[in-house]
Amino acid sequence: MAKKKSGPASAQSMAKKQREISISEFFSRNRHLLGFDNPKRALLTAVKEAVDNSLDACEEAHITPEIDVQVRPVPDHPERLTVIVRDNGPGIVKAQIPKIFGKLLYGSKFHRLKMSRGQQGIGISAAAMYGQLTTGKPIKVTSKISPRKKRGSYFEIRIDTKTNNPIIQTDEEVPWEHPKGTRIEIELEGKAGKGRQSVLEYLRFTAVSNPHATITYAGPDGEKLNIERATKELPEEPREIKPHPYGVELGVLTKMMHDTKCRNISSFLNQDFCRVSSRVAKQICEAARLKPTSRPSRIARTEADRLYKAINATKLMNPPTDCISPIGEALLIKGLQQNFDAEFYTSFTRSPSVYRGNPFQVEVALAYGGDIPPDGTVQVMRIANRVPLQYQPGSCAVTQAVSDVDWKSYRLSQGRGGMPEGPVVIMVHFASVWVPFTSESKEAIASYDVILKELKLAIQECGRRLSRHLRGRELAQAQAKRRNIFELYIQELAESVHRLTGEPKQPIQDGLVAIAQRATERADANDRKEVRQDKRANKKVAKKSMVVENGNGNSNGNGNAEAQLDLFAEAEEAG
Amino acid sequence: MARRKKDSEDRTERVLKKLTDMGHQAIRDIDRRRSPKLSIPVRSLSNVSFNKRRSIIELGNSKQDRLFFNTGMAKKFMQTFLVAEACKQLLDQGKTTSIRDLFYMVKHTIPNSMVESVEDQAESDACLEDLEVTIDTLREELNLFASNRGAMVGNVTLIDSGDTIDCRRMGSGGYNIPSIVEPDVIEFVEINADFVLLVEKDAVWRRLNEDKFWKDYNCILLHGGGQPSRGVRRLVYRFADEAKLDVFVLTDNDPWGYYIYSVIKQGSINLAYESIRMAVPKAKFIGLSAEDKDRFDLPNDNKLRLNKTDIARARQIKKYPWFQKKHWQSEIKLMLDNGMKYEIEALSSKGISFITEEYLPHKFSNPDEMLD
Repeated sequence: MAKKKSGPASAQSMAKKQREISISEFFSRNRHLLGFDNPKRALLTAVKEAVDNSLDACEEAHITPEIDVQVRPVPDHPERLTVIVRDNGPGIVKAQIPKIFGKLLYGSKFHRLKMSRGQQGIGISAAAMYGQLTTGKPIKVTSKISPRKKRGSYFEIRIDTKTNNPIIQTDEEVPWEHPKGTRIEIELEGKAGKGRQSVLEYLRFTAVSNPHATITYAGPDGEKLNIERATKELPEEPREIKPHPYGVELGVLTKMMHDTKCRNISSFLNQDFCRVSSRVAKQICEAARLKPTSRPSRIARTEADRLYKAINATKLMNPPTDCISPIGEALLIKGLQQNFDAEFYTSFTRSPSVYRGNPFQVEVALAYGGDIPPDGTVQVMRIANRVPLQYQPGSCAVTQAVSDVDWKSYRLSQGRGGMPEGPVVIMVHFASVWVPFTSESKEAIASYDVILKELKLAIQECGRRLSRHLRGRELAQAQAKRRNIFELYIQELAESVHRLTGEPKQPIQDGLVAIAQRATERADANDRKEVRQDKRANKKVAKKSMVVENGNGNSNGNGNAEAQLDLFAEAEEAG
Repeated sequence: MARRKKDSEDRTERVLKKLTDMGHQAIRDIDRRRSPKLSIPVRSLSNVSFNKRRSIIELGNSKQDRLFFNTGMAKKFMQTFLVAEACKQLLDQGKTTSIRDLFYMVKHTIPNSMVESVEDQAESDACLEDLEVTIDTLREELNLFASNRGAMVGNVTLIDSGDTIDCRRMGSGGYNIPSIVEPDVIEFVEINADFVLLVEKDAVWRRLNEDKFWKDYNCILLHGGGQPSRGVRRLVYRFADEAKLDVFVLTDNDPWGYYIYSVIKQGSINLAYESIRMAVPKAKFIGLSAEDKDRFDLPNDNKLRLNKTDIARARQIKKYPWFQKKHWQSEIKLMLDNGMKYEIEALSSKGISFITEEYLPHKFSNPDEMLD
């Protein structure tokens, strides 16, 4: 039976078919936008969202985080894994649990301008949806908000993709031995990777950038991780700030004017933004030729346009920076020390800067030598708002900044493509109220000029300190070499001179030895002076524990050029 | 014979004294608790000048101090002394040896270490050059020889280490020119030739020998096997200096040929300190010159394109002070403009013995075609 062919569509018939697409529906068909495009990545994204949430929650509740991650194989389903993340955070209020895990784009962070890990609140529910799509299983959540209760709330939740609402399959009280916290369990189609993009590496990086957290992990192949926190101190909580006028676009400005509770433009500018005093507000109104008393909601489009231009033309103070909480130089080093046994550590936190009205801050830490493998390019750990970035290093501003720096002047060789080589780990932390990523997958920081500049300056400072340390080592090596060379050749020279002249050999040799001793003493003293200068320079720059040198000085470094010291030129001039 | 032996002994005495003086100077330095030092004349283009009056290349006064107590120089300093000592041994024993043998004489493992005194011959050769120039002594005077290169026939009889050699009777191979041709080794007995003709290549020399050109024109015919060795240059010098013979040079038409001629005439940059003993300022360049192509109507298919090195070399030569004469500038320019070079063998396209029957006779009858 032949099918009836439909004729050419008309506007009406097309209209009949059009309907609203729910957000969940959209994302269920565009999983790659959220980081679920392949099983390996999907697993990583799920863990990441859960761990981010746990860390954020603990910090807000001023609890030092303890996070346990388990990834278990699923019997009879080799393509699946079960992800379990449990934290000791404040727990979630029962009424909120379904919405948080069963509804996309629901969250408290989206509206705030404050440095935080998950910028869109889409996270964990997307992981739940992915699990549901690939295995049909709902997400299982256990949570307890008070240590006094013996039982916690237990939910099994699915997402209705058409309406973007949670479907509660199970809702009961269960006994739970932990005093407080949240536990989520998702069964999903996933694969545990190895090395770079593995859960293990991700959690290790997370521990480095969150030295206040204790993280444990048990993987499907038996691999384990157990990192104790390096400090009990929680990072300073970043303050929430109002938007800075430079950072808002025209559309957002219009919406803000529409939604504001303020009665006139002047107070709207003063109160709904940061860094706009009443005087400056008046200035802006004048420049836009608007009456300060006009009602914001009544502003027409052309006037809004003028206001927008006036704002951007007025000189404003930079936004406050206490909305960012950097990791801090001491903790950066502690984090590195936990994971690498190096011979030299240094760290540097730059003062905050601004990008388009957004405050941001760059910190860099560097470890050299020790048991860091000497061959190949340096390891670069990229972290944004304390969350490690695992993918797309090539498109990231951090990678670009590292390769733009001239490492040869810091005594490292630099291969083609610009990445330096040697036993080095560089950790770069970019903290901001709003991190400008290159794409929605939040894996690479956009390379805007001011961002690159800050990154490079911080990296260069660490490079300089590394260079001083390496110079000290080189000088020590040169010292040893100097002694050896003279020892060796003196006997040969004495012998030749003796045979050429017939004069007795011993006095010749003794004379040479005496000169050698003086020469090496002088050179050693010179070296010591230089090394002292270097150490002072390093100390001066950073009073906090920015430079840590281990005495063992394992010299498996690249044999650098020998120091050519012409000692006697000075000696002879001195007469 | 006795006189020759005395000359030889005198020479040896002089050189030995220079070597021991080197040692004594070192001892004086050591006694004063100063680093033993050698002042070595710099042997690069920057320290070489063209003496217009004498028409030779000379080494300037620029010296580089090599100190023992300097980590970068200590090894070389020591090696220079080892070489000096080895040369003294040779002179004491009255023996000569090759520079490769010298390398073996000097090479050993330094006691109580795993370090070699010299790693390869290049190191000992370099120190030998430094030594030569520092104490102003040719290596032949230090009893060192390089391998023989070059052959000679002609109306000359000489005594070589006691053997009488009549160069008119050396057959098709010619007399193999040794590397040490000092008067105490090579004694001229009789020279009846009218001039000296030095050709660049063995093959050309063979042609001229087979055709007995040297007999017809009564000259001494030599070749240096390319860039002539010190022995050949020194021998040519001696002919020009002691027998007052004129010297003519025949090379390919390319920058390398010009350079060979200039080395005979003015000396070389590398051995600038010996120019006075080796350079023959009155030597003339017979050919092959760029103008000869048209003069002798050489066919086009015999020419070769100048490659990048040729062009670079030609440009370099054009700048040398000793090539600034007008005729040389236009000669080099003509070659660069043509972009072509010619080997002497190109003459064979006009006949196997064109060179002996037409080319050379023409040149000798028209001396103004020669370049100076």
